[in-house]
This record gives sequence, structure tokens and C-alpha cells, in this order.
Amino acid sequence: MILASSVGTLIEWYDFYIFGSLAPVIASQFFPKGNPTAALLSAFATFAAGFIVRPFGALVFGRLGDLIGRKYTFLLTLIIMGGSTFAIGLIPSFQKIGFAAPIIVLLLRLLQGLALGGEYGGAATYVAEHSPEHRRGYFTSWIQTTATLGLFLSLGIILLTRHNLDSDRAVSIAKFEDWGWRIPFLVSIILVAVSIYIRLKMKESPLFAKLKTEGKTSVNPLKESFAHKGNLKMVLLALFGATMGQGVVWYTGQFYAQSFIENACKVDFDQSRTILLWAILFATPFFVVFGKWSDKVGRKWIMLAGMALAIVSYRPLFSQLIKISDTDHKKEFITQKEISTKLKPIANTNNSIRTVTSARHFDGGIKLIEVKTDTLYADATKATIKPDIKTSKLLDKESYQWMIIIVFVMVLYVTMVYGPIAAFLVELFPTKIRYTSMSLPYHIGNGVFGGLTPFIALLLTSIHTDKLYGLWYPIIVGGVCLVIGTLYIRNRIDPDVNN
Amino acid sequence: MNKLKRYLGVLWMIIGPAAIYYLIKTASEEIAKNPVINTKMQWIVFVVIFIPIAIGIMIFGWFALKGDYDHLPESSAEVED
Repeated sequence: MILASSVGTLIEWYDFYIFGSLAPVIASQFFPKGNPTAALLSAFATFAAGFIVRPFGALVFGRLGDLIGRKYTFLLTLIIMGGSTFAIGLIPSFQKIGFAAPIIVLLLRLLQGLALGGEYGGAATYVAEHSPEHRRGYFTSWIQTTATLGLFLSLGIILLTRHNLDSDRAVSIAKFEDWGWRIPFLVSIILVAVSIYIRLKMKESPLFAKLKTEGKTSVNPLKESFAHKGNLKMVLLALFGATMGQGVVWYTGQFYAQSFIENACKVDFDQSRTILLWAILFATPFFVVFGKWSDKVGRKWIMLAGMALAIVSYRPLFSQLIKISDTDHKKEFITQKEISTKLKPIANTNNSIRTVTSARHFDGGIKLIEVKTDTLYADATKATIKPDIKTSKLLDKESYQWMIIIVFVMVLYVTMVYGPIAAFLVELFPTKIRYTSMSLPYHIGNGVFGGLTPFIALLLTSIHTDKLYGLWYPIIVGGVCLVIGTLYIRNRIDPDVNN
Repeated sequence: MNKLKRYLGVLWMIIGPAAIYYLIKTASEEIAKNPVINTKMQWIVFVVIFIPIAIGIMIFGWFALKGDYDHLPESSAEVED
């Protein structure tokens, strides 16, 4: 039962993340630069689907789940998600069908966001309602591994596809950016088909089935969840005392850490991703460890300890990432510098595209690669005003391992805040409105507060010179959540959620 | 402890309007600085989505001030009233 529920949820997260991970490639295929309408659609696809639509999905499918049942609702979300993901892989590019392409992408992305909003609450509720008493934290912690494993799977499949389309690495990457990016989307249909087959064999939650037989299901779950003061105050407490902090810790430790390593530390594309992959691999078992432990000591203090550790250590940890990848204060082996130049003629002109690649070696083994691209004009009086310069660092083994350890620590915080939270949310609300009530604070906390972390952190960094300035967003949000959680949340384990 | 919870309710009620003010002020400054569609869209999304949340924390503060969080349910049965 746990496996059947978790596989579907994992695939939904995978489907959701491949779009985010492939955003630059998708943008080049469907949202051409310099076109304002395409830019509008692109921005909307990026922000709306992840942040606005997810809470709506929580309301729409949460209501359905409390009215018709958990099983059919989360089966429906899986079909919508799988169908949308597969369809994205089939859309012809902007060059072939014009504006129809970005509009279809946007609509499918919105459907993805809606489906994800409905999936998690259903899966967590379903598993929790099947769990034996006193083992709810352990059982639901398996569902909690799925978001991180979905990210792992998406990064892994993207990297594998990117490097296996041709024996020549550069050609393989070029093929991937041309058509190979569709493969991770198309693969999804196989995973979804298997998952649908498994889910069709599952039975309805026993608690919900009992309520239905007794005619005690909610007539209007939305009204009961949010217009009923006794329940509304718990929804607000769940959001401001738990899920808000959990969301920022989740996204800072995984998405922002990877983006920071790639963009602020300038670490190579593949290395920045494999660092996260290794960290996730080592840390994932701790979701289950902390979920199980929460059955003994309660959910509250494990979640809040993770939040407190994150708040206190984010700045030193990110500062270490900068220090490890720093080349400004390391000795350069000038004699080992390598420079190569390639010229590619531009059709119907006498000009060429010039690519100069230089590789500099530093003490400790870090290699700094700079690729400068400009136009070499036949007319010697002309020159490219602003050449395109891309810098990346290839880390030596020791630095690479240190980065894995640091990211592992941050993912460990994620496992602390996230491992027990499904059990915590389930125990906060009664069965007849549980799906609706727990889905909304989860998706506002995780989707809005968490999902916006990379964007807000980047925005903050862009208006200040301090590279760590963006961390104030998760630190402040996490800090407020920690205070509210410490003072207002009760550390209880409810063995009886049968009402 | 209950007194502290109530007093802090005032703080949560203040955080709401303060966040809305700061958000709108920053959004208008950033849009004026770089009035391209991407900047406008992202700030509009931030404002639209964070205003209801800011109202939510004000309601949370109001509940806290009134003492609605002095006693929390011991079990799910109690949540249902």
C-alpha cells in the first residue's frame, strides 16, 4: 500500500520537476527571446503554475477527495499529471506552429500545477488512514521521500539523456537541446501507466469508506475547512507554525543550494547537479528515520530542530561553498594555462563565429574554464561590442566531496522538517475534511513560500553585493515559523484519527 | 505562556500590513527600475499571492490575541467540535 501510493506521488514530483530543470531548453524551444508576448507567456508558465495554481489544485482536488474519496481523486491527479507531461514532450516548436506552441505549453503546465496540488494531500491522507496506530510517522515518511526522490529521478534522467545521445559529448549535448529534451517527458507515460495500474488495484481508505457508509462525509468540505473557526485556526497554525518554515528549508537545501553552486560558485553544470544527486542519495533514508522517531517523541520538536539548525547554519554553510570553489585566493599554475580557438564561418558572409576556450589550473586542482564567443569580422575595423563569456569551474575530488558533505547537511535538515510533517498535518484535522484542510496549508507553505525561495533569494542577491544576502529570505521566514511553532503548536501524537 | 501567546498576537497582526506595505513599495520601485514584462509579471504574482497570506497572518494574530490558541485540541475528535 505504501509502495503503491508512493510510486505515483514520486512520478508526479518527477513530472513537475523536469519542467523546472529543463526550463532554459523549453524557453529556447517555445518562448523566443525578444518577443514580448512569448516573454509574458514564459513568465506566467514559470510563476503561475508553481505558485498560484498549486493551492487551487489543493482546493479543487481536496474537495473532491473529501466528497467522493481519496482513491479516485489521486488516481485522477495522476492521469492529469502524466497526460500533461507526455503531451509537453510532443508539442511542435515555436518555429513550426508559432504562438500555439507556448500557449499549449502554458496550459499543460497549469494542469501540472493543479494535479500536483491535489496529489500530495491525497497520498498522505490515504497512507495515514491505512497506518497502524503509533506508526503513522513511519508509514507517512515514505510518502515524504517522494518529493526529493522525484527531484533525484528528474536530475538523473536528464543527465543520462544529455550524455548518451552521441559518443561525442558536445554533439550529445547539442542533440539533447535540439530534440533529446523531449525524452524525459515522454518516458513519464511509461512510469504513469505502471502507477495507474497499481493504483487501480488499491482499495479506498478504510476511514473514509466507514464515513461514507455511515453517511457522515462532509457536504461542503471547503466551507467546513475554512469558514468553521475551530478548523480555520488550525489551518492557519499549520501554515504559519509548520509548513511555511518547512517550505523554505526544503527549497533552500535542494533547489537554491544547487542553483547557488552553479551560478554563484560557478561550478560546472554536471558537477553542480551530481553534488545534489549524491547528497540526496545519502540523506533520503533519514526521512524514514525522522518519521519513525516522531512516532516516539512527537512531530513538533524534530521539525522545529531542523528549522532552527537551518536558520543558524545557512550562512556559514553557504559561505563554505564559496570558499571551496574560490580561485581568487588560490595560486595559479600559469605555465599550465591552455588556450584553444575555433572558427565557424557564418553562411553568406566573410565573417566567422570565434570561440576561445581557456583553461586555467589552480593549486588544489580546481580548473577554471572560460569560453568567450564573439564575431570575427572580415572588416578589421569592426569588433563585437559585448562578447559572450561563460565561466565554469571543474572541482578537484576533495573540493567536490566537501561540497557533497555540505549539501548533505542541508538535505538532512530537509529530512528533519519534512519527514514527520505528513503525520503532523493528518493528525491536525478530522477525516471528513482532512484532504481539503491539510492540502491548502501544505501547498501554500511548500509551493508559495518554498517555491519562491530561489527567485526571491536571487532577487535579494541582485540588489546587494553580498552573495549570501538572498539567504535572509529563508532565515526570516523560517525564524517567524520557528517562533510560532515553538509557542503555539502542541507536541502530540494522536493515535486516534478515526473521527 | 498563554499571556505571551496573546501579546505576540499583536505582533502577528502588525506583520501583515507591514509586509503588504513593504511588498507594494518594493514592487513599484523594482518595476520602475526595469519595466519589462518579466519584472512586471513576477512582482504582480508576488503581490497577488502574498496579500491574502498577509491577511491570513493578521487573522492568526487576532485569534492569538483573543486567546483562541490558549488551549489546543488534544485529539482529532476535539478538532471536530
